[in-house]
Amino acid sequence: MSEGTGIGASVKRREDVRFLTGSGTYTDDLNQPGQTYGVFLRSPHARARIGAIDASEALALDGVLAVYTGQDSAADGLGDLPCGWLVKSKDGSDMVSAPRPPLAVTQVNYVGEPYGLVVGETLAAAQQGAELVMTDFTELNPVVDPASAADSETIHEGLDSNVVYDWGLGDEEATDAALAGAAHVTQLDLSNNRLIPNAIEPRAAIGVYEAASGDYTLYATTQNPHLERLVLAAFVQVAPEHKLRVVAPDVGGGFGSKIFIYPEETIVLWAAGKLGRPIKWTAHRYESFLADAHGRDHITHAQLGLDRDGRFVALKVSTTANIGAYLSTFGSSVPTFLYGTLLAGQYKTPNIYVETLGVYTNTCPVDAYRGAGRPEATFVVERMVETAARELGRDPAELRRLNMIQPEDFPYETPVALVYDTGDYEASLDKALELADYGGFEARRRESAAAGKRRGVGFACYIEACGIAPSQLAISLGAGVGLYESGEIRINPTGSVSVFTGAHSHGQGHETTFAQVVSDKLGIPFDDIEIVHGDSGRMEFGLGTYGSRSLAVGGSALIVAADKIIAKGKKIAAHMMETTDDNVDFEDGTFSSGNQQATIQEVAFASYVPADYPEDLEPGLSEKAFYDPKNFTYPAGTHIAEVEVDEETGEVDLVSFVAVDDFGEIINPMIVDGQVHGGLAQGAGQALMEHGRYDDYGQLQTGSYMDYCMPRADDLPDFVVDTTVTACTHNPLGVKGCGEAGAIGSPAAIINAISDALDGHNIAMPATSEQVWRALGGK
Amino acid sequence: MYQFNYAKPATVAEAATLYANAEDPVFLSGGQTLIPTLRQRLAAPTDVIDLSGIGELSGIAVGDGKVTVGAFTRHCAVAESAEVQAAIPALADLAGRIGDAQVRNCGTIGGSVANSDPAADYPAAVVALGATVRTDKRSISGDDFFRDLFETALEPGEIITSIEFPIPDRAAYRKFPNPASRYAVVGVMVADFGGNVRVGVTGAGPCAFRARTIEDMLNANLSTSALDGVEVPDAGFNNDLHASAEYRAHLVKVMARRAVSDLLGA
Ligand SMILES: Cc1cc2nc3c(=O)[nH]c(=O)nc-3n(C[C@H](O)[C@H](O)[C@H](O)COP(=O)(O)OP(=O)(O)OC[C@H]3O[C@@H](n4cnc5c(N)ncnc54)[C@H](O)[C@@H]3O)c2cc1C
Repeated sequence: MSEGTGIGASVKRREDVRFLTGSGTYTDDLNQPGQTYGVFLRSPHARARIGAIDASEALALDGVLAVYTGQDSAADGLGDLPCGWLVKSKDGSDMVSAPRPPLAVTQVNYVGEPYGLVVGETLAAAQQGAELVMTDFTELNPVVDPASAADSETIHEGLDSNVVYDWGLGDEEATDAALAGAAHVTQLDLSNNRLIPNAIEPRAAIGVYEAASGDYTLYATTQNPHLERLVLAAFVQVAPEHKLRVVAPDVGGGFGSKIFIYPEETIVLWAAGKLGRPIKWTAHRYESFLADAHGRDHITHAQLGLDRDGRFVALKVSTTANIGAYLSTFGSSVPTFLYGTLLAGQYKTPNIYVETLGVYTNTCPVDAYRGAGRPEATFVVERMVETAARELGRDPAELRRLNMIQPEDFPYETPVALVYDTGDYEASLDKALELADYGGFEARRRESAAAGKRRGVGFACYIEACGIAPSQLAISLGAGVGLYESGEIRINPTGSVSVFTGAHSHGQGHETTFAQVVSDKLGIPFDDIEIVHGDSGRMEFGLGTYGSRSLAVGGSALIVAADKIIAKGKKIAAHMMETTDDNVDFEDGTFSSGNQQATIQEVAFASYVPADYPEDLEPGLSEKAFYDPKNFTYPAGTHIAEVEVDEETGEVDLVSFVAVDDFGEIINPMIVDGQVHGGLAQGAGQALMEHGRYDDYGQLQTGSYMDYCMPRADDLPDFVVDTTVTACTHNPLGVKGCGEAGAIGSPAAIINAISDALDGHNIAMPATSEQVWRALGGK
Repeated sequence: MYQFNYAKPATVAEAATLYANAEDPVFLSGGQTLIPTLRQRLAAPTDVIDLSGIGELSGIAVGDGKVTVGAFTRHCAVAESAEVQAAIPALADLAGRIGDAQVRNCGTIGGSVANSDPAADYPAAVVALGATVRTDKRSISGDDFFRDLFETALEPGEIITSIEFPIPDRAAYRKFPNPASRYAVVGVMVADFGGNVRVGVTGAGPCAFRARTIEDMLNANLSTSALDGVEVPDAGFNNDLHASAEYRAHLVKVMARRAVSDLLGA
């Protein structure tokens, strides 16, 4: 680990000073002159027709300023919330989008769906007012179970069925043929439990409208302020893009749930315009449970065929994905392009076919949640491989090794549309086996048995894909936007630097890592560099942060901008040194030619005070870049979990966890460790305890922390995390992304370990004590 | 929250008078149950009478073969009390397992017992130790105190002042915590008073109760194997998201056996 503040140094996160001392500025900390408070009217029913809404009593209450309903927003011409990725079914038809007005107009389709907004002088008045609004609902039969949704009553009026799409990828015929000829076929029914994201900061928004200028400002908890602005301007048409500024101040976690363009933020902004006063809304925790887009929720049947030597010959996967009541912003792509394409895993399986049936149900919309499709894919692949190894009596590590793509195979084109650029999967596997002391496992198993515990070990050799790219390909596959990133580096006259990035930090530590990157590249002291993000009024454009893309895409944009700075700096230095720019070198912040030298700060000053300056050169030293990656990056690694199961109670104790990941080059090892730890905790949560559950009436049963179980520190072992490095071949930093890997590999590893402890029982997630007890034959 | 009047009396008598004169009052102790209820607008009392200013409600006294804990005594105080640890270690242990540190720093024994949450820990001790619940009006035997889900023998406005726990020869508490809330899915306390064994169970049913069958078996033979063939019927047991009635019944057996093992080991 290198010292200092450059690339490779574990620089302490500069943002933590404000986060840890309670001096961060979150949306709810901001207040506007004349601010009012909004409370949403939310559906108590999973599916109901909206009749008369009587707001007279509410409006009569002192301090209630307005009640807006879906009728009002519809009458104002407010557009529907769009889904940003058009997925086509196998037959070539477009996915079926149910219109999603920001406030429900005629029908509500999940518990918690907003259908009105009450605005008060105070929060108390707005809350009181909301309770006084009388709404006539006619309840309709809800569809809650995704397994039967396709054959159930259609929940959206005007649609033929609840099927959103019937998507497929790969060669079905070849896959079937290979399965038919396989020496062994492993089959499993799997489910991927619905998760609720639980960012520490609930969503919040303040809408501001200034009548004199016609300017709108939205302060909101978003991971991508420019995307929010684009959608609100282009689709919902709240305000034109040049009259709308979206600011994401400090944001307390997102995990994907703050990517999406939601009803609440939209309505708060629109209503502020109508009322002519700022409106603030901050979600209660129960609103987060009900109305933040949920994650996962798959039901899958999979078949893996192997030949006599144990080589994988075919994988066929059939998944039903619960889309929820509406298509959320990226809800269509997660169970298709971000899932099916990852089913090759780390293996040379020659034939793969995947089909996904997306279905509407009367539940909260489902969208990207840390990992978004890749944890689901990894769970399928790694459960199948582990089960095949057990069925064939093979060592699970060795069966994997036999099938792994080898370093000489890169670039490797999978049967499911991706081209992996680089990797060394065995290197991670070997390191993980060593760190986990796999050789000593049988002895540990005996020790546990002596204490009345069953011990199990489980693997996950995952691959994932970060930074969806290139834009042209993504758009050709249905994406509504490109997936490049912008960056701008302004060297100020005094030599300090303001860096603007379209990536957004909501826990990732960009203010530190991006400064390390720029400091390293330009040789400017770390402390002289400021990273600015999260404000459409300050940076040109940006696509925000999700999918572990920020460093690989946003960081690369900064490298390109820095190269432009250096190129211009060379011209200025050349003029100072009376030579040509191709005779000027740049290193460690200094331009030199022969024995002449000028620091980048001196050059910057000369650019702003152009006393003696190249004639044909613009003053100033500030450069922008848009970076469009050529390919995804492919982090990969091996996770090994060990568990102990209490035979009497079914309790599972996660006793050890080893994660060896290849994230390419690493800028800040401490931050990478932190990202992995967080991801592993979330993965352990999914495997062992988290479950968003609805009852048959579509009521959320897990709507608070008393019922939705989140992992805590004492549920987790001391994680052993390490890395191997193969540099990404197509971005200037050689980086891949580390934000989601922990959550991608760990559920499969943990469930494989429990299954091992249970003699191969196909235990479902979350593996609660009672479930495990039942698997052990308890009754 | 809805608006309410707030009062902070200095004596139990004053609290009782305030209660008697208010329209729809409620006592506030550590607030760990009441405050969330108010915040979610699930209750709309006219008056909140805060018991935290009443000195006579706090404190721990050990003597005369019993441990007396004032109603306003917080869980952390019981858990950390050297006197309780010496007299009834199982009680200190139980208090130290309630919820999390924040909850233990605020929650009080009086609030917990008055609330009779089916998953609360203290009720197991009240029942197993044969405690006496003292109020501003009378004394209530632990065996008669818990009536049903969130229902106790308290009359409206009756204030718990202290709980008296007889000191057993030995006792042990085993809890199977709900992984989400850390309340008890099932908690079992086994106490031995000179060969007379009492067993209190919480979490399994609508309120804490004595497990008479298990007591009988242990009174005949105080050993872990005594419970090998025990049948715990699950009729009337709680059946929810976190555990079926069947699983709870199974856990009663396991926790009871483990408590006996702890008790014999101690
Ligand atoms: C996250 C969380 C986890 C928890 N986990 C556990 C756990 O694991 N085990 C457990 O046992 N408990 C648990 N609790 C509950 C907690 O321990 C408190 O004991 C409980 O909430 C009640 O005590 P309190 O002092 O907070 O009472 P309050 O909330 O103030 O009052 C509760 C009720 O009792 C009444 N009351 C209070 N004092 C008196 C009195 N002296 N006389 C008459 N009536 C009175 C009040 O009017 C009110 O109705 C948990 C709570 C939370 C929030």
